[in-house]
Amino acid sequence: MRHFATLLRHELRTLCYTPATYIAAFLFLIVMGSLFQWVIETYNQSAQETTPWVIFFQLFWLPVFFMVPLLTMRSFAEEKRMGTLENLMTTPARTSEIVLAKFFSAYTLYLILWCVTLGFNFILNYFAQDPRLVETGPLLGGFIFCSLSGLLFIAIGIFASTVTRSQLVAGILSFTLLFGLIVGSRYLSELKHLDTIDSAHLRNWIDALQIFQHAEDLSRGVLDSRAALFYLLATGLMLTFSNLVIRSKVWRG
Amino acid sequence: MASTETPSIVVENLVKKFAGVTAVNEVGFTVAKGEIIGFLGPNGAGKSTTMRILTGFIPATSGSVSVCGIDVARDPERVRRHIGYMPENNPLPEDMRVVEYLRLRGRLKEIPRRRLKSRLDEVLEVCDLKRAARRIIGTLSKGYRQRVGIADSILSEPDVIIMDEPTIGLDPHQIVMIRDLIAGLRGKMSILISSHILPEIEMTCDRVVIINGGRVVAANTPSNLRREFIPRTTYSAEIQGDPEGLDAALARAGLSDVTAVPPEEPVNGAFYPVTFTSDSESEIGEELTEALLAGKRYRVRSLRRLKPSLEEVFMAATRRSWDVLMPDEKEKPGRRGTPAGTTPITITNGS
Repeated sequence: MRHFATLLRHELRTLCYTPATYIAAFLFLIVMGSLFQWVIETYNQSAQETTPWVIFFQLFWLPVFFMVPLLTMRSFAEEKRMGTLENLMTTPARTSEIVLAKFFSAYTLYLILWCVTLGFNFILNYFAQDPRLVETGPLLGGFIFCSLSGLLFIAIGIFASTVTRSQLVAGILSFTLLFGLIVGSRYLSELKHLDTIDSAHLRNWIDALQIFQHAEDLSRGVLDSRAALFYLLATGLMLTFSNLVIRSKVWRG
Repeated sequence: MASTETPSIVVENLVKKFAGVTAVNEVGFTVAKGEIIGFLGPNGAGKSTTMRILTGFIPATSGSVSVCGIDVARDPERVRRHIGYMPENNPLPEDMRVVEYLRLRGRLKEIPRRRLKSRLDEVLEVCDLKRAARRIIGTLSKGYRQRVGIADSILSEPDVIIMDEPTIGLDPHQIVMIRDLIAGLRGKMSILISSHILPEIEMTCDRVVIINGGRVVAANTPSNLRREFIPRTTYSAEIQGDPEGLDAALARAGLSDVTAVPPEEPVNGAFYPVTFTSDSESEIGEELTEALLAGKRYRVRSLRRLKPSLEEVFMAATRRSWDVLMPDEKEKPGRRGTPAGTTPITITNGS
């Protein structure tokens, strides 16, 4: 892994020079800021059972749908379109190092953007001066959820970028996969047909894959090891697929 | 060629098929250590595919390729440490500065940190990139971009350099610079260059491999290739006298195998150009002069031997390969851009 650090530094630098990064960051902060303001307004109107951060983190899917594709669509698709992947693949660097460098650079940026939303906490604290609104537990849980689920979401984005030469196609594919994963898993659990199947295991497993549920659990302070395992394994799987696609000569085109 | 050292590149029975279409068919050649090889062929002949297989970027369907004694299929990562590769169209990241890009490439190519800075300075100097070192690659002209690609390929001082069309898009000054640069590497590194600029290949390369339709159709030094593919001697002269009597004058001097081609339009007593072609390879310049001057029938203003250009050799070799190697293709005209036997090759007697 001697080339990983070199490649990661290069990738982070490239992300810093890419307009898509700033568009993603701008949109993300606008959307998250508005959402947070909306959450606070609901507290103004009526009493709520949970803290603002619990509701805020349950809306994680909204930025994920546009931010992850924007951050990852360029990674491999652009290199393939420009032909620079050929340059990169003919150096002693391994394919896995290239994939991991691209993955971790996008993931770092994703985390940085989420961390910026911590600023909302300070603003709220400064103006509201109400310790009930600012609880560190849900905040911490929410950030653990974002970091864990972010691994999988970014890995899906990277995978989508490996299968095509077009950034647009990569972006759309990444959005579709994320939509299928986040909304699809919820839809699956609501299927009435599942109740007719006499299998508690299947129901258990499907419930364990509920990303919405993970968000809610973690922001309430419940850390389910099955959820953590799910994100780590699925991330490993997506990165392995990305590695295979890049290595596979057919897709290099 | 009689070197006992391990050849830098050995290609044997290389076959590459893309979805049933054979791009490279039983290609085989060897590059000795320190040798500069020109790789010629029409578009779509399989040059770039062969080069990509050599770098380990794509795998071969069958056959074997080894670089510095290492099998490319078995150990592509080790092979990459010995190769400097400049791909076709020279893809470069648009948003990096020249020196930043070369530094990144140097790190990826495992140049020790201590050595990297001095090596970067050397390469920038050799490729005349000093003035453009801080410029962003996306804003560079084609000539500069080509030089960045070449600088990258020689950066790690690899044993083998593979360049796919390195001189494309360069102006004559830059071509001379690249030629000198490649000549400076002679003996130190083995170089495989593909190019369409044939005089360049001839000037720089020790040997030429001509590939057509995925097969090697000729591999030799330029002068041997001339002998092999254009086995005749041609002279160009400017003479004065009766064009009709040329054949008789040649026959009188015992040069009946020499054919004279005077201009078709009337000469009206002025000097006119004429071409003499002999099927033998021997020098007949003196005999020709004597034959023309005998009896004072003709006045000779100039006479020179025409050396067939590499273009002519290339045309003859690729044409012969279409005739000989692909008889089945002949029956299906239209499958290839130039069906065999339909376009007569005209040998231009350019100087």
